[in-house]
Amino acid sequence: MGKRVIKFTLNGVERDEYVQDNMTMVDFLRKQMNLTGTKRGCEEGECGACTILLDGRAVASCMMLAVEADGHEIVTIEGVKKDGVLHPVQKAFIDKWALQCGFCTPGMIMSALSLLSENPHPTEHEIREGISGNLCRCTGYAKIVEAIDAAAKVMAKEVAE
Amino acid sequence: MALPVFDYTRATSLEEASKLAAEKGDKAVLMAGGTDVILLIHAKAIPAELVIDIKEIPGLDEIKYVEGEGMHIGALAKLFDIQSSPVVEEKMPALCDAARYVASPQIRRKGTMAGNICNASPSADTASILVAMKAVVKVYNVKGEKEIPIDEFFKGVKKTVLEPGDVVTEIFIPELKKGEGSAYFKHSVRKAMDLAIIGVGSKITMDGSKITDARICMGGVGITPLRAKNAEKILIGNEITDELLEQAGVAASEECSPISDVRASAEYRKDMVRVYTKRAVKKAVETMA
Repeated sequence: MGKRVIKFTLNGVERDEYVQDNMTMVDFLRKQMNLTGTKRGCEEGECGACTILLDGRAVASCMMLAVEADGHEIVTIEGVKKDGVLHPVQKAFIDKWALQCGFCTPGMIMSALSLLSENPHPTEHEIREGISGNLCRCTGYAKIVEAIDAAAKVMAKEVAE
Repeated sequence: MALPVFDYTRATSLEEASKLAAEKGDKAVLMAGGTDVILLIHAKAIPAELVIDIKEIPGLDEIKYVEGEGMHIGALAKLFDIQSSPVVEEKMPALCDAARYVASPQIRRKGTMAGNICNASPSADTASILVAMKAVVKVYNVKGEKEIPIDEFFKGVKKTVLEPGDVVTEIFIPELKKGEGSAYFKHSVRKAMDLAIIGVGSKITMDGSKITDARICMGGVGITPLRAKNAEKILIGNEITDELLEQAGVAASEECSPISDVRASAEYRKDMVRVYTKRAVKKAVETMA
């Protein structure tokens, strides 16, 4: 069975890791790196619970092999907080009560981050399209959309300052 | 759940990918975005011993429009980048629409249009529009390069004419000349993350008020994307009226042979083909260059 060492950046830290060829990224993160913030849901790219950032863009980590990260940059929910301070998107999710059970939340936040980096001033429709690959079974979409909208405004203000 | 055991290799050139794939035959699978390949390996639908990752091969991710020629979409261009490309939006908005209909943003940021057609699902969103627009699939093989007209590309459910060692390098879509327009519509239960119940792509050519050429392709109603040739014949040579559109819609619904499944019944699919054929023809005419 194929195994190899991959060099990549995980949450801002350069790493060399020994990985099995057939390991998916979500399993690698959870089992080998003990980063359990990324959730394993449907395992077929439908639910978005496993969403991470690959080179800054949200992708489903169940539809990605760990070896594909070789030479690339991965950010998981654990890498979103900076110097002990929550990211505006994380803070907005708390302030707006945009979560109930919390299972979809890491994936939602990663999709929101990707959306806001591609489109810093999204309309409500664009926010909904941005999280259209993330399922929330507590039916909390309205609050999630509000939170992302609020975070976009905070981030725009920070950029202006 | 762990994936079945396989070896992974990252090809750095077309030659390397093609040679390896030809050597291993059907025990090897080429992977670009991987969003279909990993799913198929997971489901044990392909007996992959070797996954050949082609996505780091340089120069294959370009989206380029050449005036007087058409759109060149590199095999590694992501669906997300096609959907948000200003030049695609300007020159061939129907391609943006079709790309945007695929799966979810997370899948589109990894998945490619070339992968979407190589996977050859009869309901693939980009297949019908590419057939309607008469795309050409450019293929590299160490034995020689080829250009495959999209009409000859699909052979069945998950089957294409591609042979071991073939690596798709580009999808070329001829330009829309003055008097030509194109459109794609998908009908599905959910907007995101859902396969099409049916999809219809169109390309219409007009001279004044008369239709001089028409290509209509239906997805999700047969083992491959299917041309609605009778509907095309009804349209060609005639002026566009509501009555003509209805006749074309009815003809299209009569020449497809959908199945009933969890998404919809065969009867419903046929009726939606009628409705969406009309819409796709109408929109192509309305958005004509």
